[in-house]
Amino acid sequence: MSHVIDRAAVPPARPAPAVREPAGRDAGPVTMAAALTAALADALASDPRVLVFGEDVGPLGGVFRVTDGLAARFGEDRVFDTPLAESGIIGTAIGMAMNGLRPVVEMQFDAFAYPAFEQVTSHLAKLRNRTRGRIGLPVVVRVPFGGGVGGVEHHSDSSEAYYVHTAGLRVVTPGTASDAYRLLRQSIECPDPVIFLEPKRRYWSREQLQGAAGPALGQALIRRPGTDVTLIAYGGTVATALEAAEAAAAEQGRDVEVVDLRSLSPFDDATVAGSVRRTGRALVLHEAAGFGGYGAEVASRLTEQCFHYLEAPILRVTGFDVPYPPPALEQYHLPGVDRILDAIARLQWDDNA
Amino acid sequence: MITLPDHVAELLPPGGAPLGLIAPDGTAADPAADPGGVLVMPPGQVLRELLRQMIAGRRFDAQATALTRQGRLAVYPSSRGQEACQVGAVLALREQDWLFPTYRDTVAVITRSVAPPEALSLLRGEWHCGYDPYQRNVAPQCTPLATHALHAVGLAHAARVRRQDQVALALLGDGATSEGDTHEALNFAAVWRAPAVFLVQNNGYAISVPLDKQTAAPALAYKGVGYGMRSLLIDGNDAAAVYAAVSSAVTRAAAGHGPTLIEALTYRIEAHTNADDATRYRDSAEVEAWLARDPLRRLETYLRDRELLDDADMARFTAEAEQLAAGVRAAMNHDMTADPADLFAHVYAEPTPALTAQRESLLAEQAGGQDGSLT
Repeated sequence: MSHVIDRAAVPPARPAPAVREPAGRDAGPVTMAAALTAALADALASDPRVLVFGEDVGPLGGVFRVTDGLAARFGEDRVFDTPLAESGIIGTAIGMAMNGLRPVVEMQFDAFAYPAFEQVTSHLAKLRNRTRGRIGLPVVVRVPFGGGVGGVEHHSDSSEAYYVHTAGLRVVTPGTASDAYRLLRQSIECPDPVIFLEPKRRYWSREQLQGAAGPALGQALIRRPGTDVTLIAYGGTVATALEAAEAAAAEQGRDVEVVDLRSLSPFDDATVAGSVRRTGRALVLHEAAGFGGYGAEVASRLTEQCFHYLEAPILRVTGFDVPYPPPALEQYHLPGVDRILDAIARLQWDDNA
Repeated sequence: MITLPDHVAELLPPGGAPLGLIAPDGTAADPAADPGGVLVMPPGQVLRELLRQMIAGRRFDAQATALTRQGRLAVYPSSRGQEACQVGAVLALREQDWLFPTYRDTVAVITRSVAPPEALSLLRGEWHCGYDPYQRNVAPQCTPLATHALHAVGLAHAARVRRQDQVALALLGDGATSEGDTHEALNFAAVWRAPAVFLVQNNGYAISVPLDKQTAAPALAYKGVGYGMRSLLIDGNDAAAVYAAVSSAVTRAAAGHGPTLIEALTYRIEAHTNADDATRYRDSAEVEAWLARDPLRRLETYLRDRELLDDADMARFTAEAEQLAAGVRAAMNHDMTADPADLFAHVYAEPTPALTAQRESLLAEQAGGQDGSLT
């Protein structure tokens, strides 16, 4: 029996104009949340195999309203609420993908995805390998992640290190609204399972959408060219990095190149190492705790690849090695512009004098 | 006060005593024990096929255990004594249906016509899953307990969404019913009215832990009631009963009437695996008592008493089983050939640049002399 989907067997969406470009494209800047909504709507409209489900994603439109209006437009067969059980959401998504569908599921918050960890790491990531490529799982797991929004405990975790350590997963995170649209469309089309980390504190940041065309999934982007130091960021810290770069120019006279990783796994060695070789210095920035964190991998592999170009050790600017703090203490935990500037100042500049 | 809906009687497992069609001594079970007529005796041809496949399955199982002693299999979890479940459930499936087996269900996998050497790839240590799941609609044998039950529910739900007539059967053990994923799978299936069937082979032990340390429920089948799911408690050593129960569950699921939970009472005659010592946690008297409830002998007796089976048939079935075992021995006597490049081939749809570099490094290391450096 073939597992290639028979498109004729898939019930059509309710009549809606085929949308190839984001709905808000001509309507001025849109929020990252709206860009994600547009990406889901366009994917649902263009591919009958796409389903969207999770907790409260139906009539409510999700707690962040990212699925707003989708159930009404595409019907409950394609956009629906599930029982409140994360392992069940990922586990059934796996079975649906085995049977030719392309589920896009939502974990309501980062820390609420942990009950699904076994399904993600033991099955979603591994069924392709387990079956020598016979079972591919084009599943996208959307996870609102990170802090900076005053969330109480369990609502602000940065869980990327858990996922990037698991071979077979792609881990992607947008830093801007336009990229959110593009990366989500690409993730839904990707034959591999994708953990799609949405930075909560950028949901309401606005940008003019630039359409679906752009760099491939897996490719890092230089957001701000510079000559003195490479500042590597992703997700919610991209905007922080850009802000720090302007401050460094103004206050320190340093020309900072900002690299937005976009794809945490696989890692775009060529783009990032190319930047570090040019500047000779690098900082890695993330909200998550530094110990055993993603920045350790980035610093290590860049040191291996760029050692002879480096003027200073690669430094990490991260959250502290503590459980994510309550809102009253959040400001002390999250790495901000000052901490980045301090780290830049520690990059052995005296040796160049 | 809770008002029970009219259909609740249908959800409850009848009586508390397991339903059966053929008694342990090979006589017909008392029909009064199944007043609702839930189980329908399969025709003689089906009964003969059940016996033929059970004889083959038991021989295969013994052969696989023997291969562990010869070092040809890394490990083998035997299903000896559970042949009625292994064979009865699979023969009740239609071509288009799916089987979601566990590591103890290799006999079920080969009954579904997966080639035995491919089915044994996992336990041989050759590759995690040696067969193409889409060829016979058999999911990879699942090791983390109960996790595959959710895959079965998802696949079944997708079949409905795609308007395909497909039912998914998940095999579970008694220990697996304590796992959270069993709860989530039963709940999702019931809420979605997914065309899924759950067969719990209650063989008395989860490795060493007996059922009374696993649950306080009077029967595992009763758990289905809490999900609003039709539930049956059956004699799991009665192949006719297993076939009839799964057939009726498949028919109902395919007709859009939702999932069924079936608890089949059976017994694991052997230890958990060849590496386990069952004398540390159970008495041989208990095993002896269950040997008297053997699923093969009772079906043979039933068929012979009705002249649906003779010595020539039995000789033929036994010879076929020996042939199967010889084929397995021959296949397993070949040394494994493992290609180190396979490590990297199927991690992603397209190998990443980093994995390609690691592959080349390993191959260079194998070719000799190089340091395997990646940078």
